[in-house]
Amino acid sequence: MYKHIKGCAAALVAGLLGMLPALAMAEDTLNSGDTAWMLTSTALVLFMTIPGLALFYAGMVRSKNVLSVMMQCFAITALVTVLWAIAGYSIAFTDGGSMNDYMGGLGKAFLSGVAVDSLSGSIPETVFMTFQMTFAIITPALIVGAFAERMKFSAMLWFMGLWLLVVYAPICHWVWGGGWLGNLGVLDFAGGTVVHINAGIAGLMAALVMGKRKGYPGTAMPPHNLGYTLVGASMLWVGWFGFNAGSELAADGAAGMAMAVTQIATATAALAWMFVEWMSHGKPSVLGIASGAVAGLVAITPASGTAGPMGAIAIGAAAGVGCFLGAARMKRALGYDDSLDAFGVHAIGGIIGAMLTGVFADASLGGVGLADGVSIASQLGTQAIGVLATLAYTAVVSLILLKIVDAVVGLRVTEEQETEGLDLSMHDERGYIL
Amino acid sequence: MKLVTAIIKPFKLDDVREALSEIGVQGITATEVKGFGRQKGHTEQYRGAEYVVDFLPKMKIETVVAAAMADKVIEAISGAANTGKIGDGKIFVSGIEQTIRIRTGESGPDAL
Repeated sequence: MYKHIKGCAAALVAGLLGMLPALAMAEDTLNSGDTAWMLTSTALVLFMTIPGLALFYAGMVRSKNVLSVMMQCFAITALVTVLWAIAGYSIAFTDGGSMNDYMGGLGKAFLSGVAVDSLSGSIPETVFMTFQMTFAIITPALIVGAFAERMKFSAMLWFMGLWLLVVYAPICHWVWGGGWLGNLGVLDFAGGTVVHINAGIAGLMAALVMGKRKGYPGTAMPPHNLGYTLVGASMLWVGWFGFNAGSELAADGAAGMAMAVTQIATATAALAWMFVEWMSHGKPSVLGIASGAVAGLVAITPASGTAGPMGAIAIGAAAGVGCFLGAARMKRALGYDDSLDAFGVHAIGGIIGAMLTGVFADASLGGVGLADGVSIASQLGTQAIGVLATLAYTAVVSLILLKIVDAVVGLRVTEEQETEGLDLSMHDERGYIL
Repeated sequence: MKLVTAIIKPFKLDDVREALSEIGVQGITATEVKGFGRQKGHTEQYRGAEYVVDFLPKMKIETVVAAAMADKVIEAISGAANTGKIGDGKIFVSGIEQTIRIRTGESGPDAL
């Protein structure tokens, strides 16, 4: 029976099961507490995309593009759902035979074999599949932030559909589906690599390939509705309990700790960004505190299964400051137009979090403890491999996909369409009829 | 007939409306506008991007009155809209050739 085993627990579980032969041969049994929590988590994570991320991003663009961003998030939700059911889940989470280090097979394509009473650990496999689907949904949706206000809707659909199957599903398999990074011992509880570094780097590629928005950076393009952005950030914060605590796949102490460290890291990061901005600009801002919170959420994601509360404070502080520098300073210095800081917050936050996961997993720093014989230094090395492998693969393959879609469909809207605004030019609709 | 146009600070609209009512002005049109003269704008910042915003929100009010009333209107608006600080605004007076009341078809000063 195929068992889903997460990276850091692999050594521990194998050890325990080795000592208890009877248990190792046991069938999965359904635990209704775990199942109830996972049903809830799935809803929470979906909520993060619709409407959390949709509002977060919508508030940050100009009013003529408000609908386009929400449409992209909503359409991605629909598209990924269907593609995940048809093929994505199978590629990510089945045994790929000789290729299993790098990808799964098509054994569960069309969700074949996933029946009402199929189990995945102590929860129904349908719940596991749908939970993972919500992660597959939000990852491409994050990329929207990088190319906002200038990408053709049709090109976006093509790119995201292909990206899901060729980039997301394999990387997901590498870390969580039985692939090489999980087997190497990379610690990534809820998706620092799979979701955030992945989306952030792909976003950077999109921003570079598509080029800057017309008028950037000279023309003022302030967020048209920061109220939406704050409401969206709040929904992301609340929903993230499903993302991190739900990644335990059970209703237990580890889930509780994941929730606690998520809350603590996020709050610390929000304060950190707020204070750094207060010192450097002179006033604290709403966009700053909201961005800081998201940065904290991103960074604690990979560490949420292994870090303790004080580790969470450290990770949150590092993310708040690091992502502030990435989004507010580095972007302007280097000149690329990552419209809504997909790279600045998700890639940089993801990298900070993935690396610090290796540090704060150690028992001496309040974590659950590294595997036997593994030092912080060696875990850092393993984390670095995870980070670099994800970064390299997504950068290269995303770039190739972008180039292909550009050649066939064209990625960017025309100058007139961009000036008119995507709501009218792509959708024949206006966001505000006042 | 004269058209009296005044650009004033938005929060002064109610004061000006009352002052005009008191001298017998029957109708006003108010529009939200943006503008600047000598009053400086402000700076905004979003994730490290700083913008200087020159245009300030103002209120434009227009009223058409009999030529003889124009001076009283100017006095009323000036008194009500004045704060003593830069940015109080300006008043312009121009001539109106014809006025018609749509409902009845009356024209000229009777239509005011």
